[in-house]
Amino acid sequence: MKITLNVWRQQNAQSSGRFETYVASNVSEHMSFLEMLDVVNTDLVKAGKEPIAFDHDCREGVCGSCGIVIGGRAHGPNRAIATCQLHMRTFRDGDTITLEPWRAKAFPVIKDLMVDRTAMDRIMQAGGYVSVKTGGVPDGNAIPIPKHVADEAMDAAACIGCGACVAACPNGSAMLFVAAKVSQLALLPQGQVERTERVLKMVKQMDDEGFGNCSNNYACEAECPKEVSVTHIARLNREYLRANLVKEEQKESAGGA
Amino acid sequence: MKLDAKAPAGPIQQKWTNHRFGVKLVNPANKRKYSVIVVGTGLAGASAAASLAELGYKVLAFTYHESPRRAHSIAAQGGINAPKNYSNDGDSVYRLFYDTLKGGDYRAREANVYRLAEVSNSIIDQCVGQGVPFARDYSGLLDNRSFGGAQVSRTFYARGQTGQQLLLGAYSVLSRQIANKGVTLFERREMLDLVVVDGQARGIIARNLVTGAIEKYTANAVVLATGGYGNVFFLSTNAKASNTTAIWRAHKRGALFGNPCFTQIHPTCIPQSGEYQSKLTLMSESLRNDGRVWVPKAKGDKRRPGDIPEAERDYYLERMYPSFGNLVPRDVASRRAKEMCDKGHGVGETGLAVYLDFADAIKRLGKDNVAGKYGNLFDMYKQITAEDPYTTPMRIYPAVHYTMGGLWVDYNLMSTIPGLYVIGEANFSDHGANRLGASALMQGLADGYFILPYTIGDYLASTKFPAVGTDHADFKRTETEIQKQVEKLMSVNGKTTVDEFHRQLGKIMWDHVGMARNAAGLKKAAKEISALREKFWKDVKITGVAADVNSELEKAGRVADFFELGELMALDALQREESCGGHFREEHQTDEGEAKRNDAKFAYVAAWEYTGKVSSPKMHKEKLDFEYVKPSQRSYK
Repeated sequence: MKITLNVWRQQNAQSSGRFETYVASNVSEHMSFLEMLDVVNTDLVKAGKEPIAFDHDCREGVCGSCGIVIGGRAHGPNRAIATCQLHMRTFRDGDTITLEPWRAKAFPVIKDLMVDRTAMDRIMQAGGYVSVKTGGVPDGNAIPIPKHVADEAMDAAACIGCGACVAACPNGSAMLFVAAKVSQLALLPQGQVERTERVLKMVKQMDDEGFGNCSNNYACEAECPKEVSVTHIARLNREYLRANLVKEEQKESAGGA
Repeated sequence: MKLDAKAPAGPIQQKWTNHRFGVKLVNPANKRKYSVIVVGTGLAGASAAASLAELGYKVLAFTYHESPRRAHSIAAQGGINAPKNYSNDGDSVYRLFYDTLKGGDYRAREANVYRLAEVSNSIIDQCVGQGVPFARDYSGLLDNRSFGGAQVSRTFYARGQTGQQLLLGAYSVLSRQIANKGVTLFERREMLDLVVVDGQARGIIARNLVTGAIEKYTANAVVLATGGYGNVFFLSTNAKASNTTAIWRAHKRGALFGNPCFTQIHPTCIPQSGEYQSKLTLMSESLRNDGRVWVPKAKGDKRRPGDIPEAERDYYLERMYPSFGNLVPRDVASRRAKEMCDKGHGVGETGLAVYLDFADAIKRLGKDNVAGKYGNLFDMYKQITAEDPYTTPMRIYPAVHYTMGGLWVDYNLMSTIPGLYVIGEANFSDHGANRLGASALMQGLADGYFILPYTIGDYLASTKFPAVGTDHADFKRTETEIQKQVEKLMSVNGKTTVDEFHRQLGKIMWDHVGMARNAAGLKKAAKEISALREKFWKDVKITGVAADVNSELEKAGRVADFFELGELMALDALQREESCGGHFREEHQTDEGEAKRNDAKFAYVAAWEYTGKVSSPKMHKEKLDFEYVKPSQRSYK
């Protein structure tokens, strides 16, 4: 196959970028999309040019490193996969494909197709955990959890933190990412103790980082490589409302005492 | 140099308890005066960094990823072992100890392996406490499955994403410590050298992968949790960035390298499809619980699998190993697959694959149940091959997956450089010559949560630390050496890309230092690697500049180290004139083609010292004594 690529090249966050066109010939349909890019990069290096910078690592769809907007869609045209799981058999000989980085206010471009997603780590640092220390926990089987609850928590926990939800959202919202963690821990008994504080802190950090609001567009769910459902956003909204009510109540009872 | 393993005296069941009582403690108020550098944020690194910070130490954590959560532990699929005996099938700490030592073909240290088995139950409790959504049965209690090399069900799992869930658990407690300022995280930093001051590990030199700046960091101790070196083969199941640089540079600074040739070739991977292939994908060993491995009885049979009648199929693992069947350990399953293909029974376009068939399991359990257990693995397979494993058997072939070798450590997980600790896959310790399935996650977390936090305190409490800043002469000298190396790589301006060199190295390694090895091949490999290494430094081509994001420069530094390690692996395999676990020397096999160990001559750890010349390292031996488990020929028949 012969494929034409329009690739976003940008030196760093401060400089302005531009599209450049490359032709990949001799593309096999069995190649992964990133293997095709490897070949393009080898040609660029041999020609004395800088290769296209992109994040990638496990190449099996679980580390969350890769993320390219391919033909206008986060992770490309296929459902439920990350960029690294996309294969060239999806495309046709002669196709032209546009490659862009995740575009969101909270994800500044580092170079070319690489962006800085550490804002998501800071949201996790704000409260995406159960505050247990090493040691001093009960036996694993001391907390029975109904299978359907554990399964639903696992559905949410499957999030790989790639940021496709943010890239796909017209508002650049990270609601699905935040919802996945809030929902997982709100479902599980281990998460109950910090349930109220957790959601308030994580949502505040999300807002502080410059992510947009949710307007029920659902593009996040459509592009999520792990098919994390927007029902978790509904749970996040409920948890947030509940937490605010609990806080009000606490304030009132403290004021009354 | 005399190697002192420092395994405590006393009955094996009491060693760790006694040792913990014997070690010196750091007063809680004094802990904040000590700083520890932890390199790597996978299961071992993240769990260690978080646990040390919880104790009150000042921790500096480094990752070359943008986030700790992207470390390669995330990709582990199958599960984690613990002898909880929730399945009531006769499991115990002693049995896990026994299975692990036997599975490793009696080339691991008894005291370490027992301790690993002993603390493994606590890992499950810890992870459940963190909110890790392990699989549960309908009672709401934790579910188990079985893995190769064991006859009990002791593997805990979270669908086919156990590594992901355990790492996200460790990442969550690490995140909490970052927020509490117990841990300072340095992301997108790659350690390029270890700084040793007056014989003590006191810091690291790292490259900022965004700006290209060479940075210096100092601490009272350094912990390497930088994973394995399977990517020396270029094609492996490791993530693309996984490399040996951190441990190799430490080796060149004086840390001995233990059993470098012990490599695990995993039997169930998706076969290579073309020359452009950038990595191989593992299909979890758990699939062998329900999948049956077979090849056509007739050589070169090109019929579609569905057209080959039952009587013309050879379920060779079930035939050769009736008691373990498809669940024989990884080394055995891999070698037999290679043997079948070498004899001409291989399937698929290349003939380098065997079938893993789920037809019987689907008949027995129903498609829904099979999907519930392995759905995501089946999807992954289909995504890559465009074939549906629900209707046609998977094609699998062995691939490099894990390295049992690594930096030599004593019972305290300290290397031969005082103050340099090595944990997780980066050390050589618990798996001997072959690692059992679901034991890597167990070891990484055991080291990080439950072993290192005790043993490092002993060192900190009993050592005098002269004040050393990053302006110390040793820091400046090491920094200059690294800067020079970067400049040298950038200035070669040859014709061959880093990946092209890496592929050539990988091919030599796979052909001669892979699944089956012999003296002639190993000698040839050592020579060829050495020659190719010279060519690399004269002909490598890197574009761009050093003071910027530069993936080619990153790769070049890693491949330069792989070239040196590769030669050491060949030399190590050459001296080990026996077959054991994943190390199979064709000259040493039984009449039935099983590995023939030589305990009289080779019951030792080969610990290699860097002498200043890559091609002439010096070997030291740590003799292995087996007080509790008598070495016997491993039999899975």
